[in-house]
Amino acid sequence: MSLVFLIFIPILAALFIPLLFKRLGQIHTGWFVLLVPAALFLYYATRLPSVMEGGTYVSELSWIPSLDIAFIAYLDGLSLLFTLLITGIGALVVLYSIFYLDKHREQLHNFYVYLLIFMSAMLGVVQSDHLITLYLFWELTSISSFLLIAYWYTRDRSRFGALKSMMITVFGGLMMLGGFVLLSIMGGTYSIRELIAQAPELAQHDFFIWALVLVLLGAFTKSAQFPFYIWLPDAMEAPTPVSAYLHSATMVKAGIYLVARLTPVFALSEVWMWLVAGVGLFTMVWASFFALKQKDLKGILAFSTVSQLGLIMSLLGVAAAAYHVEGAADTYLKYAAFAAIFHLINHATFKGSLFMIAGIIDHETGTRDIRKLGGLMSLMPVSFTVALIGSLSMAGLPPFNGFLSKEMFLTAMLSLQEFNMFSMDVWWVLFPIIAWIGSVFTFIYSLYFVFHTFAGKHQPEQLPKQAHEAPIGMLISPVFLAALVVMIFFIPNLIGDWLVKPAVAAIQPFLYDSPQNVDIHVSAWHGFNTELFMTLGIFAIGGLMFWTLRKWQHLYDLYPDSISLNRLYDEMMLLSDGGANRFSRIYMTGFIRSYLVYMFSFMSFIVLLTLFLNEAFQIDFNNLAPIGVYEIVILLALVGATLTILGSKSRLTAIIALGAVGYSVALLFVIFRAPDLALTQLVIETISVALFLLAFYHLPQISRKEERMKFRFGNALVALGVGVTMTLVALSAHSQKAMPSISEFYKETVYKEAGGGNIVNVILVDYRGFDTLFEIAVLGIAGIGIITMIRLRLTKKEGQHENK
Amino acid sequence: MEIVMSVAIGLLFMAAVYLMLSKSLIRIIIGTGLLSHGAHLLLLTMGGLGGTAPPVVADGVTVSDYADPLPQALILTAIVISFAVTSFFLVLAYRAYQELGTDNMELLRGTEDYE
Repeated sequence: MSLVFLIFIPILAALFIPLLFKRLGQIHTGWFVLLVPAALFLYYATRLPSVMEGGTYVSELSWIPSLDIAFIAYLDGLSLLFTLLITGIGALVVLYSIFYLDKHREQLHNFYVYLLIFMSAMLGVVQSDHLITLYLFWELTSISSFLLIAYWYTRDRSRFGALKSMMITVFGGLMMLGGFVLLSIMGGTYSIRELIAQAPELAQHDFFIWALVLVLLGAFTKSAQFPFYIWLPDAMEAPTPVSAYLHSATMVKAGIYLVARLTPVFALSEVWMWLVAGVGLFTMVWASFFALKQKDLKGILAFSTVSQLGLIMSLLGVAAAAYHVEGAADTYLKYAAFAAIFHLINHATFKGSLFMIAGIIDHETGTRDIRKLGGLMSLMPVSFTVALIGSLSMAGLPPFNGFLSKEMFLTAMLSLQEFNMFSMDVWWVLFPIIAWIGSVFTFIYSLYFVFHTFAGKHQPEQLPKQAHEAPIGMLISPVFLAALVVMIFFIPNLIGDWLVKPAVAAIQPFLYDSPQNVDIHVSAWHGFNTELFMTLGIFAIGGLMFWTLRKWQHLYDLYPDSISLNRLYDEMMLLSDGGANRFSRIYMTGFIRSYLVYMFSFMSFIVLLTLFLNEAFQIDFNNLAPIGVYEIVILLALVGATLTILGSKSRLTAIIALGAVGYSVALLFVIFRAPDLALTQLVIETISVALFLLAFYHLPQISRKEERMKFRFGNALVALGVGVTMTLVALSAHSQKAMPSISEFYKETVYKEAGGGNIVNVILVDYRGFDTLFEIAVLGIAGIGIITMIRLRLTKKEGQHENK
Repeated sequence: MEIVMSVAIGLLFMAAVYLMLSKSLIRIIIGTGLLSHGAHLLLLTMGGLGGTAPPVVADGVTVSDYADPLPQALILTAIVISFAVTSFFLVLAYRAYQELGTDNMELLRGTEDYE
């Protein structure tokens, strides 16, 4: 079966969901959905043995061949790892959702359709080798995530959270598209594998740094890095299965995936390294610090997710540093990529289970407010056990998998001392210290999450529901994940060989050419070294601070909301909305005069500028017709009449003067030997003046206040500009005739070819008869329009405005 | 002659634009009338004002003596079209007076609550 086809299986399955929901409503729709990720997981798992050996699979489906755009599914260690996470956690989340969502009250068909679309999109993101289709799937994850966050769309907070996540991730996605386009321009290909092959040449290109920053913007917004993490806490309004799946295990790791996937392309640049490592580490500390401020269980988990994603991101930054060190495979720097992937798996297990527990608590007690909860240990023993395992693993305690990855994280941060470029011999100390502080806060919030929920005093009067243990079905998935958490601690090297090493080989192809060469052995006991003492320090300080948490937690309330990033986002949205509105109001005055002023002044400005910039202005005094007395007299009459219009007090004078202008034009036509024009002009001017008088006569009484037009300097300036422009253009155009007129042909052939004597008339009806046809049409349409305006009267309906 | 005509045309355009920027609807229509006169004269002038005979075949007139017939044909078309549009516009203005009771462009705006 083609690998590309497999990506689309969830979307195809989504087509049948509404049918199953309507027809087989008595069975929970989730049971049918469960088959999809479970079957895909099993199928992809069969690919493991060969990928473990360094094998890859490629499959291509042409989409737009003329633009070189195709769906290319590429399965190597990295994409297979993500694929297994997506399908595996997907299956567990669907199972959990079957018991979490009520089949009678919830709109299950919507939920599962969105979820399946998301699953396809995510598979597409991690398997695409083509930049454009990768972007396509990337945006599809944003859209399906938007739909899932706003699943309970009648709540304001859900819609707000959905919009916020959409705005931020789509902003990043568009930036990333820009980066992708630059990459494809530089490399001449859309294929990531081919780009990796020419990485050294790409680094020399001018666009390189732009592509790098733009791609990182995409990755940071999706993976909720500082300062773009603000959408993630608000996305917690989604149903808990969605939070567990999208906002802990899969979608937020799309950015991680992108960084890991493109590390071979960008690792040559130290900017990449510093940005990824620096932003990741800062995010880790920042979010772990603010996780303790949260009162909502899912809020704590959201900040913890941000923090852990920052941790993984910083490890990927250090993994890129290995590129710059000779023989990095023999130094401790090699641990960074391994630790990143290893922690990614661990995080998916423990964070998935913790979210599910938070959902269970919400489901069984009716609240997620940690201040109201407490003492649930004896009421919900299974949930407590799972939460304890997940939290302690998150805190980095043995015997859970979080301990191993935390140790390796510290090792990798300490290994930066071997990196002696860019005066790192002094500054490297900052990295392990910041990492250590972040780990201390991680330790505290992990204990805060589990003990403030389950230990302490039970307050049944605070809870909306009578608390009791969740049904077995809801517990299967978290228990399974918790079992994995413990299991990975005992068999880390098996996981390492099967999943981590192939992925590491894909991230650092410059170090290893096959997964077997990744020479890393994980052991829970690694002797008395710096990392161990740091860990003991974390436990000691963290334990002490947790013990006194109640004494200093209120210090968080001192942090003013007015300078938070959320406030900044809200202000920015208000400003762009209100600002755009205000800006439109400034120039959209509603007066036709303003718009005419804009148009006229810009037209004359642009034309005059062009005229003088191109030095096109010139006057040629040759080839001019002689100046005659009659012409001058008529022109004087014309100018006089025009000035009369301008200065006229009454409109009647103005109309008569306009008639005078028209008749002077007719006389000019006579003088300049255009008899047909003169005839037409005379007739039409007469009718026009009659029409003007008609309109004048029907003026209503109140407006018949005769007044001279007030002189307005601005108007006069614009008018002068247009007049001067026209004169200059006319002079220049006449002085620079490029070629002779084609009228010679008409003059010579009018009698021979067309059999007529009046050349103008023959042109109108013979040579260029089409013009005349449509001019007749214009006249007809105007006549019909006038009749319609006069005859058709819609009766006024008072107070029935369409816009009210 | 063409230079004098160009200046006159510039004056016509200037007066036309000045009128179109005024408040009264009928002045705007007068402005458009002046504008079309200016455009027609511009067409004629740009074709060249030479030629000693009207473009009608007659005995004893050589081909080079005819005035250029092409701009004349173009102007004829333009006159008719501008007439059609002007009359439509005028009737529109007339109906606007009847229905709205004003010809002041400053007052002919969307209402404030129309967003």
